[in-house]
Amino acid sequence: MVDIVRRYPGQLAKSAFQPRAGMRQFVRRRSTIAFLMCLPLIVIVAGLIIYPAFYSIFLATLNKAQTRFVGLGNFSYLLSRDTFWMVIQQSAIFALTAVFFKALIGLVTAHLVNNLPSKGQRKWRGMLLVPWVIPLALSTLGWWWLFDPTHSAFNWLIRGFGGTDIPWLSDPYWARFSVILVNVWYGAPFFLIMYLAALKSVPEQLYEAAQIDGANAWQRFLHITLPMMRNIIAITVLFSLIVTFANFDIVQIMTAGGPRNMTHVFATYAFLLGIRSGDLPLGAAVSLFMFPILAVSAVFILRGVRKRGREIG
Amino acid sequence: MIAAVAEYPRAGGASLKRNRRWALFTSYFFLILFAIFFLTPPYYMIVTSLKSDAEVAHLATNPWIIANGLTLEQYRLLFRETDFLIYFKNTVIVTLCVVAITMVVSVLAAFSLSRMRFWGSGILATGIFLTYLIPDTLLFIPLFQIVRGFGLLNSYWSMVLVYPTLTVPFCTWIMIGYFQSIPKELDEAALIDGAGHMQMLFKIFIPVALPGIIAATIFAFTVSWAAFVYPIAFLFSADQQVLTVGTVTSLIKADVYKWGMLMAGALVAAAPPLIVYAFLMDYYIAGLTAGATKG
Repeated sequence: MVDIVRRYPGQLAKSAFQPRAGMRQFVRRRSTIAFLMCLPLIVIVAGLIIYPAFYSIFLATLNKAQTRFVGLGNFSYLLSRDTFWMVIQQSAIFALTAVFFKALIGLVTAHLVNNLPSKGQRKWRGMLLVPWVIPLALSTLGWWWLFDPTHSAFNWLIRGFGGTDIPWLSDPYWARFSVILVNVWYGAPFFLIMYLAALKSVPEQLYEAAQIDGANAWQRFLHITLPMMRNIIAITVLFSLIVTFANFDIVQIMTAGGPRNMTHVFATYAFLLGIRSGDLPLGAAVSLFMFPILAVSAVFILRGVRKRGREIG
Repeated sequence: MIAAVAEYPRAGGASLKRNRRWALFTSYFFLILFAIFFLTPPYYMIVTSLKSDAEVAHLATNPWIIANGLTLEQYRLLFRETDFLIYFKNTVIVTLCVVAITMVVSVLAAFSLSRMRFWGSGILATGIFLTYLIPDTLLFIPLFQIVRGFGLLNSYWSMVLVYPTLTVPFCTWIMIGYFQSIPKELDEAALIDGAGHMQMLFKIFIPVALPGIIAATIFAFTVSWAAFVYPIAFLFSADQQVLTVGTVTSLIKADVYKWGMLMAGALVAAAPPLIVYAFLMDYYIAGLTAGATKG
């Protein structure tokens, strides 16, 4: 208000003499305009994200036909089933293993690219990011074909070296390995890019000083790179943890949860029960089990982002 | 460097150089290994899509190379005898609408949140980031009910309705970062010259933050092109299907898997994001890293 009065003294004085000046003044007010500009965003976020999120909590307390309130019935039913415990276990194995290897490969490749003369870095970065750019559903189809039981091109190579065929997707444990492998393949480039950006932001003088003090490469990494990158590593890992926990495409396309439900994660199991079997409340209950891990990660990410914001500003 | 050379005269300088070359060599060696890992699936998809059905089916030759002659037959089949082009058209319509909606909504909101204050705007900016962290796999079941309520089940317009949940929060978030980096003096100068808020947005903010706008547009485009959970849950007939789900589920429905054609479909479907990436890589990467390095 004060701003406007100061900046547009003439306009405001004129409008005050016109009828319905109050209304017009209200519309012209800076904060009103600001709010109106945010309105579409608020409508989308409130209507299509916040409301559905709470609605799914309500939905999860109904019976299959959505006619009767069953309280925590769906949750206790799920927790009484061995299959669901396996889903919890597999989701945790899938997410933790995949994130660990993605972070590791990302860190290693980021360092390797950073070692190169800066002229060639662009080309390598461009090449290594390709898995992240191909829509996941479509590259997973390619992986599925690589794992095909009779035509597997990997098995052809293994036979060439005198080995025996690996049942990539038909053996439960190999299937678990395969879905994790595809997730690592897809996600590692994201870590590479994030780490590379972080590496570039470490001041070169620090390394020069350390080199003069006689620090070797490993010591430089441990005492300079790692502390400088700690925040970005934490944010990236937590963010990836959320995305990986919620992953759907890979498991749905390659195994659809099989063999013997051993590769199901929360998302595919929720899809199976909620959409394929038509029990929306039960499906909603399954996907709500993702919520605690998401909430915890979100809190830490937010702290990290804020801290980083302060460091920069 | 100078200090190091001074401390280790001659011999030290040479060994430093040798170390450097050795480090470079190992870097290249391992990078090539990683590049093979990362590029194997796309390579194998291309090779398969260029083979004849007979070569794909028979296990006689090396699967990693085209042994019996290159053919575009699989692509011809894909375009002539499947619904692939319908999926493509649907995806283009959905993506264009979603990108347009996303950019209008997020640029307006980011402008307002980064420059003007109103009651609750601080909480809103944080809240936007939090909603970005809610995944589609948590929302697709309640959204199924909501989409059904709108009567949009099995219509690709439902995708135009729900995809903004994937794009708007992140795009708003990165646009806030870009807008905040514009110096305040610039808008003060504009205000003194008598520019309104809209003029300020179009004459100053959008041109100055153009790299950010391009990055956000690319993000919205790739996300809506690649979305999979919502279409597989909400769309079931071929005339409404989008590329990702159409390629993965419907093209497979033949009696025998036509892997050559499937790979051709997957490649053509993946081409637009790859082309955008090839030409605008720096913007693509800027959008990717902005989420964590800005704000």
